[in-house]
Amino acid sequence: MNEPAAPSLLGRLGGWFSPAASAEIAAAEDAALRSDRFRLEREGEWKRLDAIVTRIERGRLRSVSDEDLLALPALYRTAVSSLAVARETSLDAETLAWLEVLTRRAWFVVYGPRAGLGDWLLRFFGGGWSASVRALSSEILIALALMVCGTVAGWLLVASDPDWYYALIPGGMADARVPGASRAVLMGTLFGQQGQQGLAVFAAALFSNNAQVAILAFALGFAFGLPSAMLLIQNTATLGALLWLYHGQGLTLELVGWLSVHGTTELYAILLAGAAGLHIGRAMAFPGEAALLDAAAAAGRRAAQVMVGVVLMLIVAGLLEGFARQLIDNTAGRLIVGSFMLVFWTAYFFVWRGTGRES
Amino acid sequence: MRTRMRTRNRTVITPEGVALPFVLASRGARAAALLLDLAMIGAAMIATTLTLIWIAGGIGIQVAEIETAASPKARALQALVIIWIIAMFLFRNAWFLFFELGPRGATPGKRITGIRVAARGTERLTTEAVIARNIVRDIELFMPMVFIGGAFAAGSDTDLASWAGAVWFAIFVLFPFFNRDALRCGDVIAGTWVVEVPRRKLGEALSVSAPVAAADQAFTFTPEELAVYGEFELQTLERMLRDGRGPALDDVADAISRKIGRPYPYRAERVFLESYYLQLRAQLEQGLRLGRRKADKHAA
Repeated sequence: MNEPAAPSLLGRLGGWFSPAASAEIAAAEDAALRSDRFRLEREGEWKRLDAIVTRIERGRLRSVSDEDLLALPALYRTAVSSLAVARETSLDAETLAWLEVLTRRAWFVVYGPRAGLGDWLLRFFGGGWSASVRALSSEILIALALMVCGTVAGWLLVASDPDWYYALIPGGMADARVPGASRAVLMGTLFGQQGQQGLAVFAAALFSNNAQVAILAFALGFAFGLPSAMLLIQNTATLGALLWLYHGQGLTLELVGWLSVHGTTELYAILLAGAAGLHIGRAMAFPGEAALLDAAAAAGRRAAQVMVGVVLMLIVAGLLEGFARQLIDNTAGRLIVGSFMLVFWTAYFFVWRGTGRES
Repeated sequence: MRTRMRTRNRTVITPEGVALPFVLASRGARAAALLLDLAMIGAAMIATTLTLIWIAGGIGIQVAEIETAASPKARALQALVIIWIIAMFLFRNAWFLFFELGPRGATPGKRITGIRVAARGTERLTTEAVIARNIVRDIELFMPMVFIGGAFAAGSDTDLASWAGAVWFAIFVLFPFFNRDALRCGDVIAGTWVVEVPRRKLGEALSVSAPVAAADQAFTFTPEELAVYGEFELQTLERMLRDGRGPALDDVADAISRKIGRPYPYRAERVFLESYYLQLRAQLEQGLRLGRRKADKHAA
């Protein structure tokens, strides 16, 4: 950087307007303008901020020294105040534009996502997740009511006309489980599959599929929650139809056991996903005092946290479905595992209040 | 065109109370970024799949064996299939999440097109917001693709229901075209928007870098000669001086010389303009400090 010359004040002021042009004026021009001197005095700090921000943006946070990191907020504030002053005193468009860009970049860094993913997960498990679930309690009740209605509707529909069964059950699942199947066949679908290979693959595929469904239930909440509600009803109608089928052969308890191993976790997850969708839908339909966009954004952030949890629950459900269900071959054992998971999740969400680091 | 550009400008007040201008990313830039990302995701998926197949080939087993054999080989293959399923799930759902949570708030595609995600207004961009905007991406993008793809695969019997479905999803795809801030559904839910992040270098201070500083033939103008122009002209002149070439400078120097009625020597247009620029800026900035702004030559 050029060392700004320090001409006398009189020389500078006189130099611009007096007709006597001389070498003295030329020297004064070296940093003649007050606004340029303002800039030259601060340029070092701006450049330092620029260097720090550039390194952070490139993801090389570790290469930033502690000293620089501590200086970052102060440097940012310097740049902001420089910008405010420069706007009122300087007509150097280049400097102004550059300062604006620099301030904006620094703003993103200083006010960026506060926690890294690891830190965020800690907070998430330590109370953030359950707190956001509790914030959705009324929607959870609505979603639960919808799911019960769906199950009952599925049962009643199939009971009144067995043809409904084929409409409700997806084709791939209906191999042996069709109306009119004998008790022995239905028993066979519930027990005696320990020898089966590739359980782990099955679990992973189930998880991937279920997670996609849950994400859909959430995302559809955007359309005022109606599609989420329909998805909940439709999925549980399938459950109702299955219950009817096995009930006809007196296998209700066995089916419940078979389903509950993973079903308590999976249905819980779908319940939460649907509730999250309804939450957003409700915020958009009835934003209350807030502006529509603000209400949607607030609801979306709360619901997103629930959704991360839903995906994790579905991983657990996939593992239970892939392994535990096939490996535990009696109804009592299955019911114990299933109800344990149900109690566990309920206690985690609604009884345990976190470590006090709730967001 | 000018009015359209202007509608993309937004101002955000920082917590320090300074107004920061933002330019919303154009829909074209966002579409380009998305296509780049999808291409990269596709490439990554294919590369992963090929690598896993290559590893499976190295183990030396056929896919058909997976259900039958309970050998260590089959177990290894099962592990590979699990890795594959999880990798595909992560590529589909975590790609955007991972990159947008980084310090740049942008996926590789967005970086290339020079845009990033930011929270609307003065709020921080939170982890939850990034998660929310990317979860909704699923119905905006992948669902329509699956749905329309399915409709085509079904062949000629694309009936009314599938058309209704296609229209339904088209609403989500076209959502950014129906609001002022070009928000997609995910942006609405998350409270985010996508803005441009121009990068630029700081040019030299003109009163230092200008050769006129060393030249003894510098011009001196009277306040009356300087009073004909305002800030707008000053900044136009600044742009000219910073990147203008010979003939353009010539024209500008001629115009100013005519306007103020003062000739300048042949080939001295640069010195003439730089002198004029510095003195005009000094005069205008002095007015600024005293609270008088002169926006352009028409201002009193």
